[in-house]
Amino acid sequence: MLDVQNIREDFPILKRQVNGKPLVYFDNAATSQTPQTVIDAIVDYYSNYNANIHRGVHTLSQEATDAYEIARKKVQEHFSAKHSHEIILTSGTTHSINIVATGFTNLLSKGDEIIVSALEHHSNIVPWQMLCERTGAILKVIPMNEEGELLMDVYDQLLSNKTKLVFTNHISNALGTINPIEEIIKKAHNAGAAVLIDGAQACPHVKPDVQALDVDFYVASAHKLCGPTGVGLLYGKEEWLNKLPPYQGGGEMIDEVTFEKTTYAGLPHKFEAGTPNICGGIAFGVALDYMNSIGFDAIAAYENELLEYGTQKLLEIEGLKIYGTSKNKTSVISFNIDHIHPYDIGSIIDKLGIAVRTGHHCAQPIMDFYKIPGTIRASFSFYNTKEEIDSLVEAVKKAKMMLA
Amino acid sequence: MTIQEIQEEIVDEFDMFDDWMQRYEYMIELGKSLPLIKEKYKTDTNIIKGCQSKVWVHAEMKNDKVAFTADSDAIITKGIIAILIRVFSGQHPTDIIEANTDFIDKIGLKEHLSPTRANGLVSMIKQLKLYAIAYQTQLN
Repeated sequence: MLDVQNIREDFPILKRQVNGKPLVYFDNAATSQTPQTVIDAIVDYYSNYNANIHRGVHTLSQEATDAYEIARKKVQEHFSAKHSHEIILTSGTTHSINIVATGFTNLLSKGDEIIVSALEHHSNIVPWQMLCERTGAILKVIPMNEEGELLMDVYDQLLSNKTKLVFTNHISNALGTINPIEEIIKKAHNAGAAVLIDGAQACPHVKPDVQALDVDFYVASAHKLCGPTGVGLLYGKEEWLNKLPPYQGGGEMIDEVTFEKTTYAGLPHKFEAGTPNICGGIAFGVALDYMNSIGFDAIAAYENELLEYGTQKLLEIEGLKIYGTSKNKTSVISFNIDHIHPYDIGSIIDKLGIAVRTGHHCAQPIMDFYKIPGTIRASFSFYNTKEEIDSLVEAVKKAKMMLA
Repeated sequence: MTIQEIQEEIVDEFDMFDDWMQRYEYMIELGKSLPLIKEKYKTDTNIIKGCQSKVWVHAEMKNDKVAFTADSDAIITKGIIAILIRVFSGQHPTDIIEANTDFIDKIGLKEHLSPTRANGLVSMIKQLKLYAIAYQTQLN
């Protein structure tokens, strides 16, 4: 069992007031809050051993390098990767996706196909469109049903020997649907295609095992996992990372440089040009320790309880409709009330101290599917409470009354 | 009335409210009473970009004054538009271009001015002024 009152003590921001009301933070799918232990790690780094890594012979540099590489190890262990050099520390999910999308430029030819899901965030659509423009490859989309689930029979039909890459999120940011990635990966491999999974929304709720999944690439961001912003990971199978060219040129990614020719460093440094987010990487490791100390089974069980409670309470409001009603979903509730614009509700409940996301959640195709301008999205984390959900429900009722 | 006078009048009106709820309720009322833009002007070219809600603005010249009509699919945004139209519509282009918009802060709607708010109040004001600039060029 998870002791939520004790856990809340770990997060200084949860004591804040907003507009004179206690903060109710339900925008966890956008970014998670930061526990004191992660804040301490950041302060400790800048207070005690701030130095550039992998270069200096001096003590500070050595300490910083060690701490950074320990963090990489922690990420490797957390995601069950075979080797630590299969973990590329990036600036976040978007950066990670772009490394792969750019890397595939020379691996694709005209007429090859890339399959993406209809549940994607903009950042997951654009790099593939750009890749298609560069290579002449064709983008195919796995459609979804009214519940927000991917149509797997259509996926079967889309797959062929032309398919070179399949890309989908593990969990949808706009609707919370958990996609059947095991099946997606297996079928893609049978067709001879590589698979990249975006775990940005999944990692706060589940602990993926990349070897068991047999996934080729898996990406995520630290800031959704109680870590700092500006750091994330690209996991890639060793053979795939060796196949892809470097993404950026710069320091750290080189082996030898002359004006005639440069030879690149080995993994993971080949993809880590320039001075990385050293402090962020170290704090990412600490954030993973923190999440694991609570335990992902306990987190999932508790968040599921919040999801059920929140769904039931919100549905008691007349005219409220929830978008994304798959049985397999995480603690994200996307909703609208009658024809009230989500922006109006969001503006009013903000005044009541409640932080939610409103709008299209950078997933316009999903909003187009439902023919709505956007939704109000409340996303719960393990540090939220049922009492906070009650506050949300009361606030939404008040907004509805004002706007009716 | 001049733009300045109308702004002062609006500030006085909002001063009567004790809290944000009353201010919002008033804005919602204003939004509901906003004279709507003609359907034929609700085109994609009249949409102001960068808003979470859709905002359409149409402008025309009448006797050297700019007349604005507008609409939005969100009611609070519509209330804000109603206030802006009250301030700017029926004014001379030069006055619109030179007007400052400090009054928005004074009536407690500063948060709607934040670009991160993405409600487009900033883009809306910019668009109204752009129309004024265009009409002023015609007058010269």
